[in-house]
Amino acid sequence: MDHLFEQRSAIWDAFLTTLSLAGISGLLALVLGTVLAGMRVSPFLPLRIIATGYTEFLRNTPLTIVFFFYVFVTPSMGFSFSYKVAAVIALTCYTAAFVAEAVRSGINSVAPGQAEAARSLGMSFGQNLGLVVLPQAFRTAIPPLISVFIALVKNTSVAGAFSVLELFALSKRLTNAYSADVITILIGIALCYLVICIPLGRVAAALERKAVFGR
Amino acid sequence: MDLTRRILLGGGAAAAASLALAACGGGSEDPPVEEVDPSAFPEGSTMARLAEAGAITIGTKFDQPLFGQAGPDGDPVGFDVEIGKIIAGKLGIAPENIEWLETVSANREPFIEGGQVDLVVATYTINDTRKEVVDFAGPYYIAGQALMVAADNDTITGEDSIAGTKVCSVEGSTPAEYIATNHPDAELVTFDTYSKCVVELNNGQIDAVTTDNVILAGFVAADKENLKMAGDGATFTEEPYGIGLKKGDDDFRSFINDVLEESYADGTWAAAWESTAGTVLPTPEPPAVDRY
Amino acid sequence: MSTGPILYDVAGPEEKRRERLISWVLGVVVLLGAGALIWRLAANGVFDDRWRILIEAPPNFAGYEVQHIWMAIFRGLGSTLLAAVISLPLALLLAVALVSLRTSPFAVVRGAVAVAVEVFRALPVVLVMLFGVLVLPGASPLMAVVFGLVLYNGAVFAEILRAGIAALPKGQTEAAQSLGMGSFLTYRDIQLPQAVRMMLPSLIAQGVVLVKDSSLGYIVGYAELLRQVSRVTDALTNAAYLLPLLAVGAAVYIALNIALSRLAVWVQRRSARTRRTVAATPLAPIVED
Repeated sequence: MDHLFEQRSAIWDAFLTTLSLAGISGLLALVLGTVLAGMRVSPFLPLRIIATGYTEFLRNTPLTIVFFFYVFVTPSMGFSFSYKVAAVIALTCYTAAFVAEAVRSGINSVAPGQAEAARSLGMSFGQNLGLVVLPQAFRTAIPPLISVFIALVKNTSVAGAFSVLELFALSKRLTNAYSADVITILIGIALCYLVICIPLGRVAAALERKAVFGR
Repeated sequence: MDLTRRILLGGGAAAAASLALAACGGGSEDPPVEEVDPSAFPEGSTMARLAEAGAITIGTKFDQPLFGQAGPDGDPVGFDVEIGKIIAGKLGIAPENIEWLETVSANREPFIEGGQVDLVVATYTINDTRKEVVDFAGPYYIAGQALMVAADNDTITGEDSIAGTKVCSVEGSTPAEYIATNHPDAELVTFDTYSKCVVELNNGQIDAVTTDNVILAGFVAADKENLKMAGDGATFTEEPYGIGLKKGDDDFRSFINDVLEESYADGTWAAAWESTAGTVLPTPEPPAVDRY
Repeated sequence: MSTGPILYDVAGPEEKRRERLISWVLGVVVLLGAGALIWRLAANGVFDDRWRILIEAPPNFAGYEVQHIWMAIFRGLGSTLLAAVISLPLALLLAVALVSLRTSPFAVVRGAVAVAVEVFRALPVVLVMLFGVLVLPGASPLMAVVFGLVLYNGAVFAEILRAGIAALPKGQTEAAQSLGMGSFLTYRDIQLPQAVRMMLPSLIAQGVVLVKDSSLGYIVGYAELLRQVSRVTDALTNAAYLLPLLAVGAAVYIALNIALSRLAVWVQRRSARTRRTVAATPLAPIVED
């Protein structure tokens, strides 16, 4: 217990690192994932192929391998990033695939009449998607999107093996230094994750209820 | 950057080393297994239990060159492994009846406390916080933290010249802790294995790798063209490697200490060293065991 | 999408020509981009001799021959499959148990289940595996891995099933009640079977996540696929081999998971043919990883 208290500033820093990793990659993944979902329903075959290939590839690869690529392989291609930036890129690329799936299923859940009505008004694909379908798609996609973000928060722990001192890496550092208190340290670190994830889960549940009534 | 050349040269160095290894027998001669009567041990002792069972589970590292590293058949090879075999042999347990379990820094103490392993021989530094939860026999070797740099790096010569450089080690390891505490002016980069640090050193992303000298020696020996020890391998800490066992099992601890002292005297310790780490490092004097 | 485009009109002849032109231009741009990337990789030596490791091992300290490398990879694959094959049914069982407890007449039980699900969903699997070693006396690495995978994925599976049950038309429950079925019977015979069928895509996607998460077993020293690959690279001491060996690791995971997804699609098609499903609105998959 004393050790947790002694280390409170280190824990706070690691907590903020976890939070900022999740926050920044979450936002970027939301943008990239939405673009990918749009590409998948677009009239242009190459875009559909790229988007489908991308999501299938990344959804089936362990995150560690994605990290490995951006930390070790891209420097030998002449692109090198700081470890934190590499972590954000890896988390963004990986999470975007899951965001794209959530948004795409949201798009599928919009009643076909909506898109048809928009078409009959002479709207182009871009207008139809951006003004009519996506706003409605997001309403159904929000609960699964929040699940994706909860998963993202926990996935930041993989960055700990790639030189980013976030909560999980800190737990390794602390358990090595204070081997007598392994359980207390791990519970302390677990609580930090719960502090981030439980509110997200609550928001998802509330939105889900609202969506049910809103129909 | 010419990776092809590097690989060929690295391969050449490794080839020379593996020839040396083959010449020494490559650890194929196992330490002696004694005929042991389980009832000769005090009744109810760990020794009696293990000798009776004829089997033992030992925790070791699978990713430390020269000490404990996964071999071709998946079982670990190295100096730690040989030490484990010496102890098992004195209990009448043949090498094939030893079960090797990988211990990483996160599960070492829990595995000893929970009884998943009977012993841990895993480049395991004896220190006071660890003694609160486990007991240590030994030390059986004293390593020291050192630095490894690119072969053309002459600016880093020891721990006094790492300020402002990027130094790599394994997260949650004692060497990483040492740099974080004593050299806050150096940038600490951490991965989960040392081989990733070496990739980054070769990629030019970091300036030095730090851990116990013996582990670094394995990497240098495999790639002398690109890697070298900083300051001719000067060490700046003392890391006494001990054998971890369940806290309070004093009989077992003094039994292992006896075994170690015997192996110092009869040459099995030196033979174990020469067939493993000794292929690239000189044979040291065995350290005195600490019967606390 | 199987229903054809709904977001844009089926193009007329002139529009079609324009679309085809844009598609071609885009295609060429993409190919050029990919070509430039590959050229850049080649210029930096990514496609050099290091790939030979997969057919002929260089001399090394540890005495590895090429067959040892492949054996290590297959051993790792075996361990990964073992962990997945044990965890998957256990996690599904746990999920069914958790969801059935949600129909319990006691508010305390319902509350406890809700809290358990929230907590296990919110914890990183690596942490839960570590806890496994600490709280299960004498747990082997495999048990700790299974512990982490089952608790976490059980909680997520439970959420998926709950969402499926919530999405069933009210009439299903009402009809069951009017037949005099109690809440447990309604749950077991009416709601659960329909929810499982409807949520199958989400369940499978989460199954893929379970397979991939077994790679976190390194934390407790479980020698799964990625761990084996990294052991081999460590033993070869030459860092350049990390790339080809990890590429093999990634390929194996992708093949494994695509096979799993295909299997799921096949099962779903079969069950759809035998029975018209109630799923009128396709639901967003709840997938966590």
